[in-house]
Amino acid sequence: MTVDDHTLAQVAMSRDEYARLLDLLDREPTEVELGMAGALWSEHCGYKHTRPLFKHFPTTGQYVLTKVGEENAGAIDLGDGWCAVFKMESHNHPSAIEPYEGAATGVGGILRDIFAMGMRPIALLDSLRFGPLSISHNRRLFKGVVAGIGGYGNCIGVPTVGGEVQMHPAYSGNPLVNAMCVGIGRREHLLSAAARGVGNPLVLVGADTGRDGIHGATFASVELDEDSDQRRPAVQVGNPFMEKLLMEACVELAEQHRDWIEGLQDLGAAGLTSSAVESANRAGTGFELDVALVPRRERQMTPYEVMLSESQERMLVIPKREHLDDVLALFRKWELHADVVGRVTDDQMATIRDGDAVVARIPIAVLSDPPQYDLEPIRPAELDRLHAEDLEAHPDLAPAEASAAVLRLLGSENIASRRWIFRQYDHQVLNHTVVRPGGDAAVLWLRGTSRGIAVATDCNGRFVALEPRVGAAMAVAEAARNVVATGATPAAITDCLNFGNPEKPGVAYQIEQSILGLSDAARALGTPVISGNASLYNEVPEAAVLPTPAIGLVGVIEDIERHLEIGFHAGDTVVLVGAALAQPAQTLAGSEYQALTLGRAAGRPSIDLGLEVRVQRLVLDAHRRGLLTSAHDCADGGLAVALAESCMAGGVGLRGGSPDLGARLDAALFGEAPSRFVVGTRDVAGLMELARAAEVPAVVLGEAGGTVLAIGPVALDVAVVVETYERALPDLLSGVDSE
Amino acid sequence: MRAAVLVFPGTWSDSDCVYALEQVGVPSRRVWHRETRIDPDELVVLAGGFSYGDYLRCGAIARFSPIMSAVQAHAARGGLVIGICNGFQILCEAGMLPGVLMRNASLQFRCQDVHLRADSLASPFTQGLDPTRALRVPISHGEGNYFADDATLDRLEATGRVAFRYCDASGAVTPEANPNGSLRNIAGVLNEAGNVLGMMPHPERACDPRLGGDDGNAIWRSVLGAVGVSAR
Repeated sequence: MTVDDHTLAQVAMSRDEYARLLDLLDREPTEVELGMAGALWSEHCGYKHTRPLFKHFPTTGQYVLTKVGEENAGAIDLGDGWCAVFKMESHNHPSAIEPYEGAATGVGGILRDIFAMGMRPIALLDSLRFGPLSISHNRRLFKGVVAGIGGYGNCIGVPTVGGEVQMHPAYSGNPLVNAMCVGIGRREHLLSAAARGVGNPLVLVGADTGRDGIHGATFASVELDEDSDQRRPAVQVGNPFMEKLLMEACVELAEQHRDWIEGLQDLGAAGLTSSAVESANRAGTGFELDVALVPRRERQMTPYEVMLSESQERMLVIPKREHLDDVLALFRKWELHADVVGRVTDDQMATIRDGDAVVARIPIAVLSDPPQYDLEPIRPAELDRLHAEDLEAHPDLAPAEASAAVLRLLGSENIASRRWIFRQYDHQVLNHTVVRPGGDAAVLWLRGTSRGIAVATDCNGRFVALEPRVGAAMAVAEAARNVVATGATPAAITDCLNFGNPEKPGVAYQIEQSILGLSDAARALGTPVISGNASLYNEVPEAAVLPTPAIGLVGVIEDIERHLEIGFHAGDTVVLVGAALAQPAQTLAGSEYQALTLGRAAGRPSIDLGLEVRVQRLVLDAHRRGLLTSAHDCADGGLAVALAESCMAGGVGLRGGSPDLGARLDAALFGEAPSRFVVGTRDVAGLMELARAAEVPAVVLGEAGGTVLAIGPVALDVAVVVETYERALPDLLSGVDSE
Repeated sequence: MRAAVLVFPGTWSDSDCVYALEQVGVPSRRVWHRETRIDPDELVVLAGGFSYGDYLRCGAIARFSPIMSAVQAHAARGGLVIGICNGFQILCEAGMLPGVLMRNASLQFRCQDVHLRADSLASPFTQGLDPTRALRVPISHGEGNYFADDATLDRLEATGRVAFRYCDASGAVTPEANPNGSLRNIAGVLNEAGNVLGMMPHPERACDPRLGGDDGNAIWRSVLGAVGVSAR
């Protein structure tokens, strides 16, 4: 077979990689073999540019049961025999082309990762990034993605409990759609995705196989361009109803018939190819698969198409031979098709037949050994220029304009209420949801126990762009703070690494430094990485996305009846924990206030991980001692926005008086220094004493009460604050184009 | 009393209903839609969800499931049936309740707390409720906009068959309190004999203070009171 450039481009394989494949095989690959190798060696499946850096991640800890990379998702111990599995994954490129189906199938895909491990999904979250909503194309993507997430999650009956969304020009044309799922179950029901037991059948269950999504993994591994719209056939279409049946059948298998099966694996990117190869690789076995046995929904599909189809809602089951009939009967009860399509072998080969003809026979080791590239990072020179910019030189906010500035931030697209989004998501089904969307983190109750979990996602790409190592650490720290604000102890993280083209030195620098920063913070905070996903080549011809290592973090709550929420209660004393009120202008670096007033990001964000750890421990300790009545992370929009959000949630004002706000009013109100909480307490003396002992700065701001939010020169009727905050997103989304 | 919680392909509130019924001391069994047996003293619960993915039309396929003949027979001999959300849609499609549920007036799915006021106390589901007190219960639906022609609505009102209306926290029935455009703020209706109720809100989610409230339990307790069992 002579391979032309077009064929290689289709599988996104370079000439050098093709030469490597020839070398490993010692012969030319068949068409099917080339397709399989191309898919598994793609950036999306093979992590060619990021895997060498994964060694930096802390991967072990007191909560970790299943480490990163061992299975489809990581697992943590919740105590009393319960565990949680979670993972976040990107579906960026499909969503750029077809926002509804792209987002919907992103949700479907991450759900399969979780129930493939035998756990019941109980929470979905979404970390979303779009270009500014002033542009109609971005509004279309935004609405399509939200509708797709709701369409899939609402139908399948798994609550969407949280997430975040940010807008920035760098995401125009290349939105980010990262979906996270958390599942829970008993430890003894955890399943493995390994094709163990030579002679055991491979059973394909769920949807019939069509031509949808062929080369989806490849598509996810190249930059978007003007012709990307023509890749629409590479976008899959979701059927949440089918997946609901699959989910129930798989959870029933795990909970009631764990002994019937050896392995369970979902079909995601690269379809049958990756699921069969990965599960055989995990077990050190091989497999033989006959494409003629695969049920199809289209005629005359070639073996190549069957092996690379990314038709959704399919699972690969490896039952024990003696329980094959039991397993088939269970799927039949759930009104699902299930067919034997192959068997486990001991030859460590992937053998694909089409009836009698062998169309591929390739060592699992070759397919599982993608080329690895060391990044060639170069620190972009502009970082030094941005860091050197003197933020003190920008004029400060005039006291008379302070109230208006607070309203401007609360009405901005990055801070305004997300109710327009989450009221379209079922966030309660399954009766686990204790803290609904709108707080710092969602809280879910493990019914039947006193325990719960708190979940949040975070990342501010502006910080990462200004100083990747610091920005990535800040993302982990903020996710942990959000979870701590509910009274939960941070346990572990999942990451979704969204970057541009790794072959460009500046992007390579962002990737390398972000992974280092993420690891710094994860190590300091004791939250190992248990799962993750990398999405590179997030570029359009104009530019790459902001470097966005999105973090999903799960924390554990010992007593669900004592969780914390963000709302103030009248009569409580409000305390800022973690910093003094006065802040230098440098804390505005990368802030929302800076973006709104300067129109760009400049300066150098920073984080003191030692302080971060002390502050989080202090808040948890104070909560354990019953000293806190509310807690809220101080992040986007700074102190003023945090106070406004706690006032709105509590339906109460703040008598903040006229404290010394220092030399920079803008920095004191809107600076985004990390490691800060706004808490409510009924025992100021006790809290201040504890803070002193923990060497954490703390300052009393005032008392919650009345109907006015007053702090320094700011005085706002809470009703006006609510009106501004709640109306902004609906207004922006129905807005007139300013293109 | 025992409950039979029906499970169609795509039903997702079955486990929530089982949990809520447990809270008031009612044991339940889950009944797969292919089964055909319902015991005379069972409370039949058609739980929420997207039966058959809501493909074609909400509830339009589920009404042909084998269990539905048994549900019809159960209702005909006076047995109790409650349909919640998708269950309400199925009962309408099956002709067991009047009217239809159209797409929400907002054209969007809505998940939020609403307030309900019992409009008629002439049914086992509502006889124990306080009509002056608004119940806080969540909704979660894209198609809960109740519609029937004026003559039907007049008849329902005249014969005490409007079980619940959407209201504000003080119990006032206002346009602002209507989350989906339902005519006359109707949230739930009864059949002629009063033994079949359909409602869009989810009482099974308002079943535990730890989950944000337990106002929904009043409805189950009302049923228990009507059949002469003391609730837990």
